[in-house]
This record gives sequence, structure tokens and C-alpha cells, in this order.
Amino acid sequence: MKEHTDMNDLWIKQRERKAFLALADGTVFHGYSFGAPEDCTGEVVFNTGMTGYQEILSDPSYAGQFVVLTTAEVGNYGCCPEDMESRSLFLNGLIIQELNPASNYRSKEDLPDFLKRFRKPAIAGIDTRELTMLLRNKGSQKAYLHVSDQDMKEQDAVEKAKAWEGLDGKDYASLVSVKQPYQWNESGKYHVVVYDFGVKYNILRQLAEHGIHVSVVPAETPSGEILSLHPDGVFLSNGPADPSAVGYAVENIRSLLGKLPIMGICLGHQLLGLACGAKCTRLKFGHHGCNHPVRNRLTREVVISSQNHNYALSKLPECLELTHINLNDGSCEGIRHKTLPAFSVQYHPEAAPGPHDAHKLFDIFTQMMEQNQ
Amino acid sequence: MPKRTDIHKILLIGSGPIVIGQGCEFDYSGVQACKALKSDGYEVILVNSNPATVMTDPEMADRTYIEPLTVNVLQEIIRKDRPDAILPTLGGQTALNLAMELEDRNILQRYQVELIGADAQAIRRAEDRLLFKETMQKIGLDLPQSGSAHSESEAITIAQSIGCWPLIIRPGFTLGGTGGGIAHHQEEFLTIVRRGLEASLNHEVLIEESLLGWKEFEMEVMRDKKGSSVIVCSIENLDPMGIHTGDSITIAPIQTLTDREYQAMRDDSLKVLAAIGVETGGANVQWAVNPETGRRIIIEMNPRVSRSSALASKATGFPIAKIAAKLAVGYTLDELRNDITGSTPSCFEPALDYVVTKVPRFTFEKFSAADPHLGTQMKSVGEAMAIGRNLKESLQKALRSLEIGRSGFGADGKDEKYEAVSDEELEEKLLAPDSERFFFLRAALKRGWTIEKIYGLTKIDRFFLRHLAELASYEEEIRSAKSILSIDACLLRQAKSFGYSDKQIAFLLHASESEVFDKRKEWKIFPSFCSVDTCAGEFEAITPYYYSCYAEHGDPFHPHDNKKSIMILGGGPNRIGQGIEFDYCCCHAAFALRKAGYEVVMVNSNPETVSTDYDTSDKLYFEPLTLENIRHIYEREQCSGVIVQFGGQTPLNLAQELKKTGMNVIGTSPDDIDLAEDREFFKQLSSEIGILQPDNGIAHRPQDALEIARKIGYPVLVRPSFVLGGRGMVIVHHESNLEKYVEEASSIADGKTILIDRFLENAIELDVDCISDGETTVIGAVLEHVEPTGCHSGDSASITPPQNLSGGVLEKIRKYARDFVAALHVNGLMNMQLAVKDEDIYMIEINPRASRTIPFVSKAIGVSLPGLAALCMVGKKLKQLGFTQEVDLPYIAVKEAVFPFIKFPGTDILLTPEMKSTGEVMSIDTDAGIAYLKSQISAGNKLPESGNIFLSVKDQDKERLIPIAQKLLKLGFSLFATRGTSTVLYNAGIKCHAIFRISRGRPNILDLIHDRTVQWIINTSESGAEAMTDEVLMRSNAIAAGIPVTTTIPGAEAALNGIQDRMKGNRFRFSSLQEYHRKIMTGK
Repeated sequence: MKEHTDMNDLWIKQRERKAFLALADGTVFHGYSFGAPEDCTGEVVFNTGMTGYQEILSDPSYAGQFVVLTTAEVGNYGCCPEDMESRSLFLNGLIIQELNPASNYRSKEDLPDFLKRFRKPAIAGIDTRELTMLLRNKGSQKAYLHVSDQDMKEQDAVEKAKAWEGLDGKDYASLVSVKQPYQWNESGKYHVVVYDFGVKYNILRQLAEHGIHVSVVPAETPSGEILSLHPDGVFLSNGPADPSAVGYAVENIRSLLGKLPIMGICLGHQLLGLACGAKCTRLKFGHHGCNHPVRNRLTREVVISSQNHNYALSKLPECLELTHINLNDGSCEGIRHKTLPAFSVQYHPEAAPGPHDAHKLFDIFTQMMEQNQ
Repeated sequence: MPKRTDIHKILLIGSGPIVIGQGCEFDYSGVQACKALKSDGYEVILVNSNPATVMTDPEMADRTYIEPLTVNVLQEIIRKDRPDAILPTLGGQTALNLAMELEDRNILQRYQVELIGADAQAIRRAEDRLLFKETMQKIGLDLPQSGSAHSESEAITIAQSIGCWPLIIRPGFTLGGTGGGIAHHQEEFLTIVRRGLEASLNHEVLIEESLLGWKEFEMEVMRDKKGSSVIVCSIENLDPMGIHTGDSITIAPIQTLTDREYQAMRDDSLKVLAAIGVETGGANVQWAVNPETGRRIIIEMNPRVSRSSALASKATGFPIAKIAAKLAVGYTLDELRNDITGSTPSCFEPALDYVVTKVPRFTFEKFSAADPHLGTQMKSVGEAMAIGRNLKESLQKALRSLEIGRSGFGADGKDEKYEAVSDEELEEKLLAPDSERFFFLRAALKRGWTIEKIYGLTKIDRFFLRHLAELASYEEEIRSAKSILSIDACLLRQAKSFGYSDKQIAFLLHASESEVFDKRKEWKIFPSFCSVDTCAGEFEAITPYYYSCYAEHGDPFHPHDNKKSIMILGGGPNRIGQGIEFDYCCCHAAFALRKAGYEVVMVNSNPETVSTDYDTSDKLYFEPLTLENIRHIYEREQCSGVIVQFGGQTPLNLAQELKKTGMNVIGTSPDDIDLAEDREFFKQLSSEIGILQPDNGIAHRPQDALEIARKIGYPVLVRPSFVLGGRGMVIVHHESNLEKYVEEASSIADGKTILIDRFLENAIELDVDCISDGETTVIGAVLEHVEPTGCHSGDSASITPPQNLSGGVLEKIRKYARDFVAALHVNGLMNMQLAVKDEDIYMIEINPRASRTIPFVSKAIGVSLPGLAALCMVGKKLKQLGFTQEVDLPYIAVKEAVFPFIKFPGTDILLTPEMKSTGEVMSIDTDAGIAYLKSQISAGNKLPESGNIFLSVKDQDKERLIPIAQKLLKLGFSLFATRGTSTVLYNAGIKCHAIFRISRGRPNILDLIHDRTVQWIINTSESGAEAMTDEVLMRSNAIAAGIPVTTTIPGAEAALNGIQDRMKGNRFRFSSLQEYHRKIMTGK
């Protein structure tokens, strides 16, 4: 019985627990490797979404991070090309509890094969709840993931985790951004240029669905080049790491403010805030999940939102209005400029993964462009 | 938006007695609603006929009517109490239907009452098939393709346009839906179409795409009046379409959908709520998904709290019913706090980091003639839920929570029966599932059948099959350890994390359960406890709601400040004989102990209950009720005692083991509990006390039974020992029947002995519930059964105070109660079952625990007996507690049983010593006849006040029938009877229409039933005799036609008294329980 032998090998692997995740605080979690057998450092964050691991894996915002999925069973529905949120995987690794082969008619590939294809390490058999509670209490952690066959002492791994430079002050946006401009959608009522700080495809899909001609440009494209394209609006995408490290983007946004309608999401939102004079601070363990309530302070409407960020805006300047708040912790979830056509949200109206409740925010952007004509 | 201030008084409609498809989940939702509304200052009026519910406790609502749930009764109550609004969405289908009837009859309009939660339009759109279809089409949702044809060629065109097999064919306008079927190919299709066209009165067949084998999903949605909506829980059915959700194993959260599919389903679920017009509250939306193409079809939506929402609440920690009640009075989701975290709002979607499994509990063994196959008609009577950190653990825990004698997914030595079947039979079992399908599935896996092959037969998603296959083959992995002494620690830990119980591991390694435990102790392989925190660990949880698992750490332990901790063991899944009554007792014990300053730790596995509400106890453990699970919790919580008296037979059966492992069982001691079951001891004790016992004996071997019976004399009452609900109990008149019985009983009794009693014919049976603290003993109530001996006490109607007992008999009963309490050192509750014949009192049995009648008695006398009993167990005295006197009732209270026969067509409805009822109703009045009549209305027995009555009684009842027949004639009824009975009546000068026996000719009673010519049937049969085919046919047809059947003479007499009183002009009066209880206080 081939199935039984396969299972037997797996059970032995699960029991041996050779792979481990070493945190900078000295805690070590053991499990077994199921992705690429390559060791790696990174920052550990958790995500509480119960579906959407492929979207999470292919979200460039996770660059530099290990993602812990809190949901119990992972891999269940496999992976398929249509569910990619970018051209590759940019995160540093995946941490889960239970791994499953695929069972869904859409699946083209099992999760381990998918990870290996993109050369991403992954560890299963981890007590993800324990790890999540640790992150909740101590904040996001630097870590070293040991999944290779080479021998390694736990203490050495902890040291490597400690020694890692971390994400603060690091510009990951330029790393994950496209190197050449391209057209996502070549026609439409409005033309929008998207700054790719690590854009998710579903933002581009949403813009296109709203009848927008979408051009995508690299993160470091100067504002002058944008203006020379004569777009109807500029979109600031989501992206990884620390907004304070992308000074060039803040400068570009500042010079575009008032000249064109601007919409931002996540990192794009933080950058818009910085460009207007807001402060940006690190949250203890960030927001990563699909179930956060966000209230629109103008309409009093509450939506369930998809979230993925470690930093948040604080101390808004006079020119900005706080439009959305997170009902769990009261943090800033959205702003708009009081006089100029610019607004942004911290959460992910494009979802993927997560609820579609906030899709209509893209309508506000098109309205803004219409009024600006 | 704050709560509404324009309404003050809210009427809440309960769901009535427990029936299949409507269980105690509505007690849970009702309790939450009452609490929620009262805490906001609303005056709550509650109507529910079910006394076994916590919601009908006088403290829950301001005015509680334990009255029949009919429109007329509701109208009276509305007229009297003038509520501003009715909340109909928390009392199941019963409440929803009543609300619609109130609306249709303009009663709401007349009395200016508003429906809150869901309005009439919304309810109609969800309930009316056609309207629902239209509404769904309008919002672009996919429905099964269908068409109607009047000819073969039209049928073929339709089949082609649908373009897939199988197809369902239903003839239009036939009697009883005959002539339809499922066609898997063209040839079959044409045969069924031809047959259908012929059977159809208008020569029409409806052809519909079949969704059999599709995947089935549910989403539990909450919506507030601003339109904010959340999915509280998503549920995936392990069983495919074709098996009722209530009978399916279900898993939360959804496991096999991608985010795209999940979110699309979520979007559409929210759209459905909006389109149906659910303004606020909870609703459940059901979907079918084609596993090959992903095509998704809407099945139905319920605009109310449901069984699934109770499950969803327990699975996620999100209290749907409570929030639904708050939303109905105007709050919005963002204004309400999440109780579990205490810091975040209720406007969120719970994130689960565990897997929840629900398994249905069946009782086919009670209805031998019923078709045991699972289909679209729900047949299960209860359910167990389990939480695990992974699917395998969750599944195995759920299976052992079922209490069907299994320790998990096999591997417990009880699979021989399933493994022995032939390949053909096994295939058949997988194709046409019954309640044991899961174990046949394991047998197939053990036989080496591939997942593909099994998928082809069962259509259970490969995802689930793979897990089951892994479990089936992991048994060998455990066996490979050879012995428990040599097992590797990592292997043992892995086995535990796969959900294997010590019992299973012990079986696989030929060890004892305690050896496995000792090994775990040696290696410190203990479960950790995680909380159901609604947020997958993102926020701290302040509400201690736990499950066990074998993750390394678990959540930190929260000690309670210097309080003594008492554990209460619940009753597990509902089944016939052990249901909501025991949950009521557990809840009351918890309430009383908490009030007295104890910390209460509740352990139970039934998601439908109030006891598993996180509000009921201080700490809730959602766990299987097994020694292994209980001892770990006991140790962790350092309990100072555990109570086994309230959860029915489940915890009682564990008492000795609990004690042996060092737990402190409080209340009556396990040794005394055992003594009460020890027949020899009991016989001796009875004679010392001086009470008669029917002659009896114990057969330790089957062959002894015959000899004992011969000595005692027939008829005899036989049963296996240690069972609840009269399982396997029958009256035997002849030796040949006894031989057959002994053979069957030995399989049920699982090696235990058979008890044989002389059967006392036509005696009055009594239930006596009493309470004792060891010093003072007080009788709670003496209940007189309406039906004579031979009918299980749970199935008979009972009346308190008793109507036919002399003062002398009652005085003796009190003495006996005191004597038995003393002899058995009872601390807590004790139930005595007695029979009285010609002033002689016979002891039938004693149960040193809470009985099924405790909630009814507590309601009747206005005293919480289980609450007091719990306090006695922790050392309080009844004198301190102020309960030393039997309550003298200034009114009559009646309890009537409710049966599930309608769900099991063809089964005989005759009452026997084997319990068959699923629920009960209560009624109160100062007139005994009226009280009984009300109980019949509540139980759904529509006794007529005029019309035709069919009489057919056994020979020995014929004398007693004469006065009944005379009265009936006097009241204006017309009588019908078969020859035997009619001759007797004729000779007594009573006019009556003679009709044929069924097998002799027509017209016979079946014709009368089908034409609805008769309105009531009084029919008695020889107890225990082989039931006559004719009579079974008549009774089951009558039940199917909704015609009441009375099967005992005393039952007929009681009903007749009621009808007589009513016709004398005695009106039904409706008073609240609170008013009745005030009468006790004032003595009027």
C-alpha cells in the first residue's frame, strides 16, 4: 500500500521534528520542513484568516516576514495560478500547524510543491497558537528558520535571529517593485498610474473592473515622469516593511498632491500620511487577518476588513481628516485630505484574501477623478 | 444607535416540546434572549409549553406562560397582556409559524403588536418555496434547473436542456407523491417519466436536476439594522447533499474552499439576507457546491436562529441568540461588546484556530420498523460536538462524545460487525448510508479500498477521506510499538495528538486504560487546554471556555480567587430517555452553587444546551464525558468535588471510576448508587422497610431467565440492568416470547444481567421525587401516571397532586421515601417508582439521582429542586435553605409526553415499557379535566369536541369502554367500531356504526382515516402481545393523517373528563407561572 508507506514516512518526519524556528527572545519551536530546504531569517507575524493562504503567500507586503497561519488545517484546497496576488512569492517563509494535500477542483498544485517552486522554506507541526500568543504578548519577533539538512545548534540559530538587521528602516518596496513600467489594463474611462510598492494583483483587477486604464510603474519613478503620462489619478499601492525608509516615495507623493487625485492602500496610505505631515509608528504585533471591524466615521458604516500591516499613522496634521478607525483598538484606518483630492485606507478594500465589503472604496476614487476633470 | 424606547413589553414565543428537528437549542436561544432583553429593561412575556426548559423558569421572564402554543392561546395572552412587540425568531419553526398565523389572522394588527427581528414579508419570502425561488432569481443566484413536462418528448427535451444525470422526477398532483424517482440514465428516465405521467392526475411530471453528492455548506449570518453583516461561522458538511444537515457530520470552519469561493459564498449569503428582508438578527444560509465544477446553488435560508446557530455559537464563542435579541431592539453590532474578549466589539467575524466537529446521535434501536437510512428527512434526536486542534483529534473526540460505546474512529475492539460484511454489502452500506456509516467507512479503508473508490460510493470529499484513511492506517503505527511498556514517547504523543483515547491505545497494545495513563504520566504527556476565544489568539480572552488538545502549551490557567471549585458533569448528547431534563438540572445546580459562592466547572459535549453556554458556569469545558477527559480537567481545576447526579445515566455510570481515580464524588456516594441497582440488596432492603415488591429475580445467564419467569408467573417485565429510558424493556406474556427476548437482550446489555419482574397489570404507577440533606427529607411531588403500568414512566402523562390515591397510601409513600433515603444515605435527589393496586403499594425501582420529572416538579411547586440538591451536596441543610415542607398545590399540573412517530412512518405508536418520547409539555389548571385537555392540545393531540370516534379495544377493556361510550354519545359524538366492540356496545344499548376490519373488507377504518371521517380513535391492544398488523396499520395511518389516537382506557377517561368539563362551559384560563406560584404562597 503506497499510501501507507507515504504516510509512514510523514509520521516519522512529524515525530522527529528536526526543523525549527528560533526566535530572537530565545524561544524555539520544533516542527518539520515541507517547503524549500533553505534556512532563512525574517520577522514573524501571524495571520488569523481562515482561508486564502495562497493570496497571503503571494502578497508582496510580507517580504522579509515569516507568516504564521493560525487556522488549523492548511493546504486543503491546493494552489492555482488565478489566485496569485503577484508574480512571485516575496515572503521569507511559512509557518503552519497541519499540512494537507489538495482537494479542490481548482487546484493545480499541492502547497509544498508550490513553495518549493518559488524556493520558499516552510515549517509545519508548530504549535501556532502558542507562537501567536507569544507574538501578541511580546510583539513581532525576529527569527531564524532552520529547515535545511545541515546540523545546527538551536542557540546558534537564536544568535542569528538576534543578529539579523530586521525590517525597521529598511526599504523593501524597491526590492519587490517591478523594474519596468507595464500596462495592466490598456483602456478605460480614466487613466490611473499605480506606484508599485509591492502591489497586489487584486488592486489592479479592482481598478480595471471600475473601467480604469491601469499603468503600473516602479516604486522609485519620479513624480515628473508620472505627470508626463497625463493620468487622471495616481494610486499608491500596498507594500512591505517600513514607510519611513521610502523617503523618495514620500517626496514624489508630496509633489503630486493637489495635482492629481490620489488613492492609497496600506503602505500607500502610510506614505500619503507621511507626505502630509503625519507620524507613523510601529504597532506591537500589527493587524493581520480578515475579520477586523472598521468604521467609516463619515457614514458610520462598519465593514469587516482584510488587514496586513505593522505600522500605523498617528498624530494627523491639521490638513488630514481621520475617516476610518479600527474598532478593535481604535487605530487609524483611513484618512482624507481636507482640501485636496487625496484619500487612503490602512486596510485592504481589494480583499484577496478576505471579505469584499469595502470594494466600493474604488468608486470613491473614480468619483474623485470625475470631479477633478 | 441605542435601543428602542418606543417598545416596553416584548412577547417571546418558545419552540414547545422537544421533537426531532427542534431540540433544546431553542431553550439555549430563549434563555439568552430573555436575559438580553431583561438586562435592557424590557418586560418579557414568554410562552412555551415545555417545562423542561430553563427559559420557562420563573426568574427568566417577567411573565411565563406554560400553555399550549396555538394561535388561540397566543391571542388570549396578547389580549390580556398587550405586548408592544413579538420576537418570533428565537423559537424555531414553531414560533415563526405562529407569528405568521397571528399576522394572517390580523391579530397583530388588531392589537397593534409589531413583529421584531423579522417581519411577515421576510418570513414569507424565506418560507414560501415559490416566492423564495423568485427572490433568489432576482438577485442572480443559481437554482437547480428544472422544468415540467406533459409528454415523453417534452420530458426528453427538458432532460437534454438540463444536460446531466441524475434527474429527479416528481409527478404533479398525486396522492402521497407516488410514482416519482431518481433517474441515472436515459432508459431509467423514460421508465419513471412514463410511470409518473400515468400516476399524475393532470398528466404532468416535474423534472429537476439532482444535487445528490454535491458538497453542502452553511453560513451563519448576523445583520443589524444599519446593514452591517458578519459571518459568525461557516460550516462544511462532511456528508454530501442528500443527507439532511441535521443528520450530517459537520465541520467548522469550512475546510475545502479557496478564499475566492469562500468570499463569493459570503457575498451571496449577505445578499440573500438583504433580499429576503431580514432587518436584524441571525439567519442561516445553505449552499450546495458541485465538486467538479464549483457551480454553487442556494438550497434554503432560515430567517431565524436555528440548530446550526446554536452549534455556531458554541463553535465560535459568539452568542448568536443574545446578539440577535439585542439587534432586534435596535442596537447595532458595533455597539455590542464581544463577551469573550471583553475589549473588542461584536461586529467581527470569529477566527478559529481549531476544528469543530458535530456528530448526530440516532436512536433507530427504539423504532425497529423505521427505515434506518439517512436521507432528506431528519431522523437524529441529538448531537455531540467536539473541538480539537486538528481535524483528526476533533473527529475522534466527537465520536467518543456520542456515547454509543465507541472510543473514537474504531480501534476499540468493536468493529468486528463492520469488518465482517462482504464486499458487496460494504459497498451497499457506503452507497446508502445509515447511522453506522462511519464505521463501515473505516472497514472499507481497513480492507484497502482506495480513497477514489470510497469517494465514488460516498461522495465524501477526499479531504475528509484522507484524514480517515490516515487514522485507519495509523492504528498499525500504534500496534508497531508492540507494547505499552516499549512504546516510544514521540509515538505516544503523536497518537494523542491524532485524538486517540487511552482506551483505543490500550486496545491496540493489549494493555489496560490505566497502563496507558501511567505511561503518559511517566512521560508527562498530558493534554493542554486552549480557550475558545473568537480571535485565534489575537486578543486575550477573559471568558474561560476551554477544550483539551495535545498542543505543547495551551492557554495559561486562570485560578479563581479562593473559591472552592465544584465540577458538574452534563448528560452528553440528547437521546430518547436522556434529554433536556437533565441539562435543566445541571444548569440549576450551577446557578445555585455560583450564587452560594462556589466556582462551577461544567463539563459537557452537547452544543444544544444551556449548560454549555459560557454564561451558565464559571468555567466551561467542552469535552467528551469520559473518565480520561474528566480526570484531566478535575486535576487542572483542583476541584473539591464532582457532581454526577444531574446528568442522567452518563455521569452516574462513571461514578465508581471517578471515585477510584481519587475524585471526590459529592452527594449520594457511588457505593450507595450501586447498591440501589443491586437487586439482591434492594430486595432485602424493601422487605426490611416493609414495602411490597413484584416477585422478581435476576438472570445472570440467559437460560436462568426462563426458569425464573416460570417461578414468578407470566406476564413478566424483563429488561437488562443499568439502562435509561427502558431500553430493551418489554412485557412478556408467554415463554416462547421470552426465549426470543433473552437472545436479543444479551446483545444490548453488553454482558450485564437481565432483570425479571412480575408484571402488575392495571395498577396505578407513581413517580415520587424527593430531596434529602441526610437529615431532612422532603417530597417534591408525587406524580400519578395516567397510563397504567406497562407504559414507560417517561412516556405516560402524569398528574400532580395525585387524583386517585387515598390519604393512607400517601402517608405510607412518605414513610417509604424517608426509609429509603436513610438506608441509601441519599444526599441530593432520589426518585422512586411505585405501583399502587387496591391500596397495596409496590416498589418498582429507585434512582438515587435527578429524574426526568425534576424540571416538571420544580415548575409545579415553584422550587428549584436541583438547585437545593446541589447545595445539600456541598453540605448545606434544607432547614437553612428553608425547604422542609412538602408543597401543597392549589392547582393541578399535568405532564404529557410527545412522540416522534410521524418521522418514522410505519412504526407502531403503542406505548410500551421502552421509552419512545422525545419531549414533554406541561399544563396547569384548577380543574383536573381542563388541565389534562390543555396538555393534549400542547402535545399536538387535537381532541375533537364533536364528530366521529372510532372505538376498538381489547377484550378486558370492553367493560370499561361502556361508560366511556355512553358519555361520548351524550356529548353528541357519533361512534364507529369493528364488530367485536360494536356488539358489546350494542348489547349495552349504545348506538354505534359497525365497520369492517381492515383485512375483511371495506369501508374500514383506513377509509375513515383517509376521508377524515373520524376525528379521534380510542384503541387498546394486548400489552406485549404481538401487535396485530391491522392495528399497527390503523395507528400509523392515523398519526400520519394527524388524527389523535388514545391507546389506554385511563387516557381516554382523562381526555373525556376534560372534554366534558370544557363543554360544561369551563373556559380555558391562561395564567402565568408567576401567578400560579403566588397562589402557593397565599395558599389559595
